[in-house]
Amino acid sequence: MAFFYAMVLVGIAGLISVLRLILGPTVPDRVVGVDTLNTLVVAGMVLLGAAYDRTIYIDIAIVYALLSYIGTLVIAKYLQGGLA
Amino acid sequence: MNYVEVLIYVFLGISVTFNLLGSFALLRFPDVYTRLHGATKCTTFGTIFAVFAVVTHALYQLHRTGDSKYLQMALHSFIALIALLLTNPTGAHAIAKAAHLSGVKPVRAVVDAYEEKLGGGSE
Repeated sequence: MAFFYAMVLVGIAGLISVLRLILGPTVPDRVVGVDTLNTLVVAGMVLLGAAYDRTIYIDIAIVYALLSYIGTLVIAKYLQGGLA
Repeated sequence: MNYVEVLIYVFLGISVTFNLLGSFALLRFPDVYTRLHGATKCTTFGTIFAVFAVVTHALYQLHRTGDSKYLQMALHSFIALIALLLTNPTGAHAIAKAAHLSGVKPVRAVVDAYEEKLGGGSE
């Protein structure tokens, strides 16, 4: 049960980073918010997989980590002006 | 409550504390670079300890019940930790470089060495 409560607190931290995503004055601020949210979602998936005894959640966390990294790199390349 | 459960609770406490501190850093710091610094470091450290708690729990259950699905759970969460440790600093570096090149300046900065390097190259 401790894993489930820890996952709820990590979800609250994720909601705070969504707040930065909504407020952020510039575009890189919003990208930082999305990057933090991705890391917190991976932590929450691993904790939820331990709470419910399902290994498949942890497998999906691996795929989510790699794909969100590619998304962050593509947005950063777009911001700095093309594939230079 | 034995020693292994106390260890799991300590790991979960460290993890939740650092994740919450990282997202508060995202709200309280003044510009992009300091926000990136606080959020990336704290959430990476917190996620390392979340995975440590899950690995400890899975190895303890494997020792207690002998079910091989707990070995799979420990190995896969360790692979998730390695993927996160390889990709998170690289992504943060790419975001910082892209923010500087797209024209966002650091607030209240006295020295901007990257700007001097870029200006010295062109002039």
